[in-house]
Amino acid sequence: MTAYILCFVLFSIGLFSVVRKRNIIKIIIGIGIMEYAVNLFLILIGYCKEGRVPILTEGQSIKNMVDPIPQAMVLVSIVLGLTLTLFLVAVAIRIYEKYGTFDITKINRLKG
Amino acid sequence: MTPQALVPYMIFVPLAAAFLIPPFGKKFKRAGDAIPCAASVCVTTLGLYLASSVALSKVLVHKPYGWQAPFGTAFVVDGLSGIFLVAMNIVALVVAVYSIGYLNTYTDRWKFSSLFMLMLAGINGVLISGDIFTLYVFLEIAAISGYFLVAFGIAPDGLEAAFKYAVMGALASVFVLLGIALIYAHTSTLSIAGIASVISVGQQTDVLKFATVLLLVAFSIKAALVPFHAWLPYAYSSAPAPISAMLAGVSTKVLGIYTIMRIFFVMFEMTPQVSMVLIALGVASMVVASILAFVQVDIKRLFAYSSISQIGYVALGLGVGTPLAVFGALFHLLNHSAFKPLLFLASGAITRLTGTRNLGKIRGVMKDSPVTGTATLVGSLSICGIPPLGGFWSKLIIILACIQAGRPVLALVAVVVSVLTLAYYFRSITQVIFGKSVIRGQREGAVTVSMAIAMVTLVIISASMAILLLPNTGNAVLKEAVSVILNGKSYSAMVAGVLK
Amino acid sequence: MVYKSPNKGMTVIVKTVTRLTLAFILIYGIYIGMTGGVSPGGGFTGGVILALAFVHIMLAFGKEAALRKLRANTLRMVMGPAAFIFLLGVATGRVPEEIGAICEMVIVGTGLFAIFIALVLASKSDRNSE
Repeated sequence: MTAYILCFVLFSIGLFSVVRKRNIIKIIIGIGIMEYAVNLFLILIGYCKEGRVPILTEGQSIKNMVDPIPQAMVLVSIVLGLTLTLFLVAVAIRIYEKYGTFDITKINRLKG
Repeated sequence: MTPQALVPYMIFVPLAAAFLIPPFGKKFKRAGDAIPCAASVCVTTLGLYLASSVALSKVLVHKPYGWQAPFGTAFVVDGLSGIFLVAMNIVALVVAVYSIGYLNTYTDRWKFSSLFMLMLAGINGVLISGDIFTLYVFLEIAAISGYFLVAFGIAPDGLEAAFKYAVMGALASVFVLLGIALIYAHTSTLSIAGIASVISVGQQTDVLKFATVLLLVAFSIKAALVPFHAWLPYAYSSAPAPISAMLAGVSTKVLGIYTIMRIFFVMFEMTPQVSMVLIALGVASMVVASILAFVQVDIKRLFAYSSISQIGYVALGLGVGTPLAVFGALFHLLNHSAFKPLLFLASGAITRLTGTRNLGKIRGVMKDSPVTGTATLVGSLSICGIPPLGGFWSKLIIILACIQAGRPVLALVAVVVSVLTLAYYFRSITQVIFGKSVIRGQREGAVTVSMAIAMVTLVIISASMAILLLPNTGNAVLKEAVSVILNGKSYSAMVAGVLK
Repeated sequence: MVYKSPNKGMTVIVKTVTRLTLAFILIYGIYIGMTGGVSPGGGFTGGVILALAFVHIMLAFGKEAALRKLRANTLRMVMGPAAFIFLLGVATGRVPEEIGAICEMVIVGTGLFAIFIALVLASKSDRNSE
């Protein structure tokens, strides 16, 4: 239970960083923290106490195995998160070149 | 091959096109233009074929890799996804044709084509996936290629818009993933049919309620319903015109509204709370966006706000939830995905004709380029709800359905917003189309042949949308989709029946 | 030769160690990429290790050295067809498993390295290299 609560705290930290911070690099970090909190949550769902790696080899019987499906989901979501982070970082670099600032409140050429 | 085996080719064909463009597209400019169009034609034909097979056999299920029923993923096409597949792929084909002419001033067009095909693969993947995690993966593919395409021009405002869009979209994706994790923890399955059958047996627990809230918020962000609409005017106004058309006509519809239909009507049972939230979001979108549209001076921002407002009608229809209302919502959605891309494509042509997006400076498009003028006129008339065009009928059906369901207040709101729409289009667009021409900027060759072909095609489609109301032809197709939405239980039974 | 420019990149210690370990990293990456299924490994992990080998060169010798080894154009020409063959394997099931693993390795390796190059080039504001 403690692990779930800590996971939720991590998610909230990420959400706070996205919503409240003004530096766009901190926003990107916040998104990363949220993604990894959700990944951690997925792993926790699949975990069972003293569980074994879900690889079937000869001469071993299957017992007390962790759930492999959330692990596959986490692998996929890590790759998707990587793409998103790449995009955000590249755009942040270009924005810094064009606007000369990382402050989201000063990047407001589009109004209305 | 059987139609079942052809289902995953809806994803494979655009993906293959996306992978083949990078090695050839830079050397051979024509290949970079021809491959996306050819792939789009293939996928549209395939979509029509699949939709016609669905009309016969109700549901097509493809199980890759021969996994047995509760395990593995599945690709499912039913009445609802069939009609979406056809409509969205036709819009994508038209946009692909348009972008040949529109992008001839851009460098690195092959990057655009490749990303466009990736986006189409994501859209088709969302439409045919039969389990929520596959749906999430393809939703992310479509969304991320959308972010890249919004930033494609590398202008400062494009970058800013893309950053805002990407942050909102990332929040939505994280919420979707968290919701999926909670649902998986509760039901131990990922397939939509499996989850539906597990949920219908058990109680509505707190975990599921939390997941419902997360998914509703996330898909509302994707569909840009009003409290979550902040990204949309930026993204639509700063993206290149074909991408605005693609986002308005396809992306928000599939990633937002289709997923709401699939998750909340088919997978979860529709609860009064969710429908109340949908009605509230819909009414807020309609009213707020049409009031904000009055003060816009940028033609693409005007179209963006009217897009939010029209999506509000769809959410309202879904929230009211009677068969007639859902029918109206679906029909309005199809109408909107015909005339809103038309308006955005026309706005791209107008921008190239006059060199500005300022509504105060654009005058007399009809005289300078009759095709663009007609396109703007037909799109605007349809969105305002002038009788022979499709937009009138869908709004009328939604209003009638509200009255029939005993909600006259909602009907009144719909009528008022319809009048407001007419008012702001009349105020802003009349001068643009018919005023006295004062063009500066490039005129010669501004509207190329491919752009004209694309706009004429969409004019014909959006003028003839009312055909879908005729009994026995389009009506049957729409009715089938409505029955899928309203009878969620039968979906899981059908899919499970095919799988066993 | 790329290793002969003493002013660029990091210190001589890092350069020497990189030169010595590079072949082993590449072989280990290919090994991990080719084993999979019942043991830890697979195309994705192998591809990540391959990409890291090139990132390693880039960190030690500077970005010109790494780009001379593996140009952005080459990356584009290799990644597209590899992805296409992998897709063909998924669609038809006729492509042998080993070729599928190699393709996945190539896709992931080139993809990650391309991401790294894109970020490095974007941050230095000289985008004429591609």
